[in-house]
Amino acid sequence: MTTDEIKEAKRVAAGIRKRVLTHTLKHNGGYLSQACSSADALAALYTKIMKLGPVETPFVPKPFPGVPGPDNHDYFTGGYYNGAHMPEYDRFILSPAHYALALYACLIETGRMDETGLDYFNKDGSSVEMIGSEHSPGMEVTNGSLGQAISQAAGIALARKLKKEAGRVFVFLSDGELQIGQTWEAFQFMSHWKLDNMIIYVDVNGCQCDGKMSNVMNIEPISSRLEAFGTKVVKVDGHNFEELSAPAGLNSPGSPVVVLSYTSPYQGIELLKNNSPKFHYMRFKSESEKKLYEEALASWKS
Amino acid sequence: MEILSRVHAKNLVNWSANKPEVLVLSADLTSSTEIDLFREAYPSRFISAGIAEQNMLSVAAGLAREGFVPFIHTFAVFIYRRAFDQMAMSIAYSNLPVKMFGFLPGITTPGGATHQATDDIAVVRALPNMTIFEAGDATEIESLLDPVMETNGPVYIRMLRGDVPRLFDKNEPLKKGINRVLSRGTDFTVISSGLCTEEAIKAVKALKAKGLSITHFHVSTLKPFNSKDILDSIASSKYGAITMENHTVLGGLGSIVADAMAGAGIGKKLYKLGLQDKFGHGASKGYLMREYGFDAMALVLKAEEIAGAKFGITENELKSVKIEVMHGDIKAEDL
Repeated sequence: MTTDEIKEAKRVAAGIRKRVLTHTLKHNGGYLSQACSSADALAALYTKIMKLGPVETPFVPKPFPGVPGPDNHDYFTGGYYNGAHMPEYDRFILSPAHYALALYACLIETGRMDETGLDYFNKDGSSVEMIGSEHSPGMEVTNGSLGQAISQAAGIALARKLKKEAGRVFVFLSDGELQIGQTWEAFQFMSHWKLDNMIIYVDVNGCQCDGKMSNVMNIEPISSRLEAFGTKVVKVDGHNFEELSAPAGLNSPGSPVVVLSYTSPYQGIELLKNNSPKFHYMRFKSESEKKLYEEALASWKS
Repeated sequence: MEILSRVHAKNLVNWSANKPEVLVLSADLTSSTEIDLFREAYPSRFISAGIAEQNMLSVAAGLAREGFVPFIHTFAVFIYRRAFDQMAMSIAYSNLPVKMFGFLPGITTPGGATHQATDDIAVVRALPNMTIFEAGDATEIESLLDPVMETNGPVYIRMLRGDVPRLFDKNEPLKKGINRVLSRGTDFTVISSGLCTEEAIKAVKALKAKGLSITHFHVSTLKPFNSKDILDSIASSKYGAITMENHTVLGGLGSIVADAMAGAGIGKKLYKLGLQDKFGHGASKGYLMREYGFDAMALVLKAEEIAGAKFGITENELKSVKIEVMHGDIKAEDL
């Protein structure tokens, strides 16, 4: 990455954290930790790693179009925020829909969604859902039932191979999903079908709803487990842009690439460390606690 | 009666010859679900997914989003029981054209409860956007692929394999939402589906010979259910209706008919033959249909009970009933 590229990625990452923190303060709650751990990876993916179709003017979110069905001709997925589907362009599939808020912030920072987009968040009749769905900005498969998106992405990747399309399929996965059987079925499938057009970024923040993953259900050693499933694994510091972007250029014929992005659940907002080990959802317990976060936001160093 | 072997295996190869968008997905049951000939004919369109059905269903959703039409083939239980969340959230919610061929419906296998799809209609029909077909004979196996393909959205098919009879005229294909009328009469209305129809045909014939007057419908589109003709018939039947299904009576054909009757305010009795809130077990098809009470004799006994009569129809009489190829609607002179 060039100095300018790193500068841009840094700007986007800081913007994601600031927007999510602002939102969390405004609504006295939010998926804040997910933004802390994933902001750098999302920024690197959207500014440098992925080749997505351009968006000329940032989109203002459309209202919820109704659930899909044979008679709903107005239905859309949120995929258009990631640019047009063209053979040469990459696709982005967000698997853990709980990262929706961080992704929405990322779309704003990268000029794909209008700044007002977050005003629609979790509002009745809006497509900007709290736990995103396939009509939500930046999403195009049903991803809220964890473990299903990676298999759907594998289907898309296989289809793209059959159609001889050059574009790749990127999946953003959470480490908690490595506890799910279907995720391993998907890796098995991806290896068997040699889906080397897939790159999976895993946000290894070591946390889940109940607390530390090592206490809830250990998944380490992830790297050797994934290698045993036939994937090419790269471990990176998930807050280092150079390391995050290097695997995208990796040549691994026949093998899908998995980037284990080791992250901190309170990166960029040290105050959040006080919530350890419970990071899943941030709700301020007192006015004084909220004030500390307001001060942190006011004195943010960008 | 003509018995045909491996009808789907041959038919699928011919039918899909000029349909490059059709992919067949298998979960390690390729010969058992009659897709071995397809694999030989079109190896590049055959996707082996291994014994991993949850992944297979979600993968199919991804393929469908890219313009392919995945034909999932495995035993029905491994679709709707093993992978129900995937069926609901990866496929049905998004109304994707994934076609799921579920083999071994009800007690068609001696494989026991783990292999017997005895509650699939109840579960699958609760999903919005789903269409459900059930094959009743060789003609329906041969002709269901067109309506399956033409349906805009996901389809679940209760499929038959191996040796199957030809009950219906070869030139009268399965049509979505059209129920076959196999007999007309005024005492009661029999509604059957799948392999129960062959049993019902035998029983209806024997009962008619004893003077009962019966309307008999064969249903192959379970959802969306076209109730009109059936409700008209039930409303004008002296004793009401009997449903006969290779499925639990909770949530299957019997419940579908009951829903329609209640909605239309038809105050007639409904008798539901099928598994009476029981699991199956490993035994032959004939033995289990007898044990659970949905074979030809069960229908005869039910008719006797309803009509308050004893006809003395014997097992041998039922066995010797000759079944000729049936026509979708009987001619006026047969009434």
